[in-house]
Amino acid sequence: MSPIGATTSELLAHMERGEFSSVALCEAAFDRIAACDDRVGAFLHVDREAALQQAAQVDDKRRRGAPLGRLAGLPVAVKDVICTRGQPTTCASKMLEGFTPPYDAHVVSKLREADAVIIGKTNLDEFAMGSSTENSAYKTTRNPWNLACTPGGSSGGSAAAVAAGMVPLSLGSDTGGSIRQPAGFCGLVGMKPTYGRISRYGLIAYASSLDQIGPFAHDVAGAALLLEVLAGHDPRDSTSLPMPVPSYTAALEEPLKGLKIGVAVEHFVAGLDREVEAAVRQALDVYRCLGAEIREISLPHSKYAVAVYYTIAPSEASSNLARYDGVHYGHRAAQFENMIDMYCASRGEGFGKEVKRRIMLGAYALSAGYYDAYYLKGLKVRRLIRNDFDAAFAQCDLIASPVAPTPAFKIGELVNDPLAMYLSDIYTLSANLAGLPGVSIPAGFSSGGLPIGLQLLGPPLAEDRLLRAARMHERATDWHTRRPEVV
Amino acid sequence: MPTQLTPAEVQHVAMLARLKLTPAEVADFASQLGRMLDYFQVLNEVDTEDVEPMSYAVEVRNVFREDVVQPSLPRAEALMNAPKTDGQCFLVPQILDGG
Amino acid sequence: MDYTVVIGLEVHVQLQTQSKIFCGCSAAYNPTQPNVQTCPVCLGLPGALPVMNRQAFELALKTALALNCEIASYTKWDRKQYYYPDLPKGYQISQYDCPFSKDGWLEIEMNAETGETRRIGIIRAHLEEDAGKNMHDESGGKTDSQVDLNRAGTPLLEIVSQPDLRSAAEARRYLEELRLLLTYLNVSDCNMQEGSLRCDANVNLHIHQDGKNIPTPIVEIKNLNSFRNVELAITCEIERQFEDWKATGRRLGDVPKETRGFDAQRGVTVGQRGKEEASDYRYFPDPDLAPVTVADELIEQLRSDLCEFPADRRKRLAVTWQLSDYDVRVIVDQGREFADYFEAAAQACGDGKQACNWLTQDILRELNERRLTIAQFPIRAEVLANLLGRIPARQITNKSAREVFLELLNDGGAGPITSSRIDEIIAARGLALVADTGALEQVITAVIDKNPKAVADFRGGKQAAVGALIGQVMREAKGADAQVVRELIIKALQSG
Repeated sequence: MSPIGATTSELLAHMERGEFSSVALCEAAFDRIAACDDRVGAFLHVDREAALQQAAQVDDKRRRGAPLGRLAGLPVAVKDVICTRGQPTTCASKMLEGFTPPYDAHVVSKLREADAVIIGKTNLDEFAMGSSTENSAYKTTRNPWNLACTPGGSSGGSAAAVAAGMVPLSLGSDTGGSIRQPAGFCGLVGMKPTYGRISRYGLIAYASSLDQIGPFAHDVAGAALLLEVLAGHDPRDSTSLPMPVPSYTAALEEPLKGLKIGVAVEHFVAGLDREVEAAVRQALDVYRCLGAEIREISLPHSKYAVAVYYTIAPSEASSNLARYDGVHYGHRAAQFENMIDMYCASRGEGFGKEVKRRIMLGAYALSAGYYDAYYLKGLKVRRLIRNDFDAAFAQCDLIASPVAPTPAFKIGELVNDPLAMYLSDIYTLSANLAGLPGVSIPAGFSSGGLPIGLQLLGPPLAEDRLLRAARMHERATDWHTRRPEVV
Repeated sequence: MPTQLTPAEVQHVAMLARLKLTPAEVADFASQLGRMLDYFQVLNEVDTEDVEPMSYAVEVRNVFREDVVQPSLPRAEALMNAPKTDGQCFLVPQILDGG
Repeated sequence: MDYTVVIGLEVHVQLQTQSKIFCGCSAAYNPTQPNVQTCPVCLGLPGALPVMNRQAFELALKTALALNCEIASYTKWDRKQYYYPDLPKGYQISQYDCPFSKDGWLEIEMNAETGETRRIGIIRAHLEEDAGKNMHDESGGKTDSQVDLNRAGTPLLEIVSQPDLRSAAEARRYLEELRLLLTYLNVSDCNMQEGSLRCDANVNLHIHQDGKNIPTPIVEIKNLNSFRNVELAITCEIERQFEDWKATGRRLGDVPKETRGFDAQRGVTVGQRGKEEASDYRYFPDPDLAPVTVADELIEQLRSDLCEFPADRRKRLAVTWQLSDYDVRVIVDQGREFADYFEAAAQACGDGKQACNWLTQDILRELNERRLTIAQFPIRAEVLANLLGRIPARQITNKSAREVFLELLNDGGAGPITSSRIDEIIAARGLALVADTGALEQVITAVIDKNPKAVADFRGGKQAAVGALIGQVMREAKGADAQVVRELIIKALQSG
């Protein structure tokens, strides 16, 4: 059997039975990358030698009957906003060209402990700012389902790498939808856990109070397994939650009884693509057939989410990105007149346009005289958005919605209209603002053959509930079994 | 009439953020930031009297580490990504008053 | 023309922790090996996150309690944003609108003779991280500055006083009292040379004119690195502001707040080049750090663990040992260990006045000459007490005791100095007071026999002749008490 496009469960079972080795699996991954990544553009950096060496060690462990990690021998791709010791970590920015962290992110340590094989680093919108992966300083990533379209963003490289069958699992980060939206655009399961569920230590910050790391996989079981490996308390991240991690995989096959799914009236309004709406309604019918109750709920402040997000996220970003000044690491301009000029020139040259735009917006929102009107106002409405969810979850177990208003859009389509691009995140932003877990699952295809996702949102720490509900839908449908033809 | 920032306002913010902008960027940002600020006006519809601002996504409190020394990085690793060093220190152009 | 001086001090104190405020790197002072006490967190590497040091927070709380501050039930960390090469993240983690403490006071003594005291208000005390160090070798003609981040992330407590200080001397007194309190509490070593105590002064004048008070522009004098410079700089600045007022009539609000430095060599404050922009620090809550709620139990526990404050100790020592205000001030102001030493010695020898005299004269002199701290002083309190106890016991004279004291110090030998060493020195030098008057009388008889001329002179009415006899007896009988010898000789001559 070809490992291309296989699920994690299938691959682990094959390795378990000795049908192929981790080295063979990784070689197949590199072959696939070699065959199609010049067109897809998922990877910024691969480290074949290190990966194969690690794979050989796992194979050796397996031969000796030594204890193996949960992801033993599986190739995994990591979004290039997550630090990997001794390997380049660029955030798809000229600013960090050649930057090599002297330490591993918490999640990378977790992957290594679980015996996963890190294949390489994937493309993204520079510093995770964007919804299309077009804002990379190095390359544009294309959607494996239609190379003229974006894979979504900002974790577009990680989504495309899984969708194109290069790796079965990958890591993304989600600040306003950067895992869920590309998962939706690429026909994958992608999850943003509760804020604090996975340590951010080593995740290069975009907006610290919104950023979370999460998994991409072909199916719910793969995402649940990867989440299980990554989740848990880390004393190096003050915002990491100390609660124990349940086994997400153990109860996955058990359907939820008496499931109440909320549908927000505010989510089905003008701007929502007709085919997307139809797919979502069809998914709701699937749940109805499985015995779930669909309830109408209201999230009255959800229409403010984009405005709130763009007062808060750029403010935090303007501060988080102040450290790139050409002194201790990163790009330093060749020509400058003095210290201040060195800062301005280095940053002016090192950052791309979208990053500069958000830094400017954030610096403005925090500056003297504007703080109360923008940043503080945003934080207050953010609280109201969270309150809406708390009230809604008193009436339902989960909330179902579209992931994005449209299927994957064309490369170049929105790039010159920042506000229109920002509005494409309208369904995903709220979960970040409220700190809630959300998952995107395959729920159909457009007439043009592009995947359409369904988003499920839950209350804090309801990852297990979300995954079980996602699995109920997955068992009743076959959308997740389809693979694009990238040849 | 959509809001436009003046080039001087854009330059002031760019200086706060230490960004050297091209004239084209100044012009673009003047209108794009203005458009965003207009868009933010929608928030004024919301009554936020007595609403506690939400700075953190989770209600975690009192997180401390114990006062225990951990190994530091070797100097070579601390300096390895620096654009300019003398092997001991980071080097920057001569610092004048006012930074 | 008459004026009132208005001064407020901003003091930065490095807290004495093992590790830095947000990471596990050593917080030890290390200027000789740059950039060896750094990690991803204090280097500000992308992706690294801060975690608050519990000890730093508790030391800060302790200090605030000792400064009679109100402790906030909720406190948080904010980012203060500015660019400087010694600040690797482009922001300093500090506290802006919810400092952990505010509204306290410190009592200082205004007049040693009258014992008059005054409360200086504390506006707030907050925690923050220190920056690294920029160095520029002016002489080398180098074009680059060096940046060392060993110090970056050291815990700093900033203590801001009310503008309650009315003279340069008072400002100095406040700073000295603050330093003393901090060292008593053991929260900081307050070493100004090493930068663990740093001071900025805000100064202006209120000119009294036509029944009105006209404030002059406030000037901040930065980086005052000794008590002497604090006093000198403020003195110079007062003079400068008064001259400036007379020349220009400029008052508060006419010009932006000015920052000046102090040139100790020329004895003037110097305007620092204005920043290119007005500072706009764009403070906002640091989303990487959890806020802190302080439980009443913790406050009460820390409060009960607080040591005796210097002001209280002065009062107690004065009463217990019947010492003058001047004496207790000298003892207490030398620091907690010195006062502990005094109390141990006074207790052991039972004579506070005697112990005080020795500490404030002999020991302080030796500490200064030998550049030692009391902790390093080789004669421990119980040994000193043993020595002092021998004077009222009439085993040695006060003068001999000083000889023994110096000999003990000059020993320089290995091992601790014990009381038995005192016995050895007394024996070797024959310093023991000859208590046996029989033996002394024998010597006197022999001397009288050998000096018929002196005897005759004395008997002939020349009282001074006895001096020569005393000298001879003292040479023969080392350790004899001169007064006793004199009395015995006169008695012998008169009876003879």
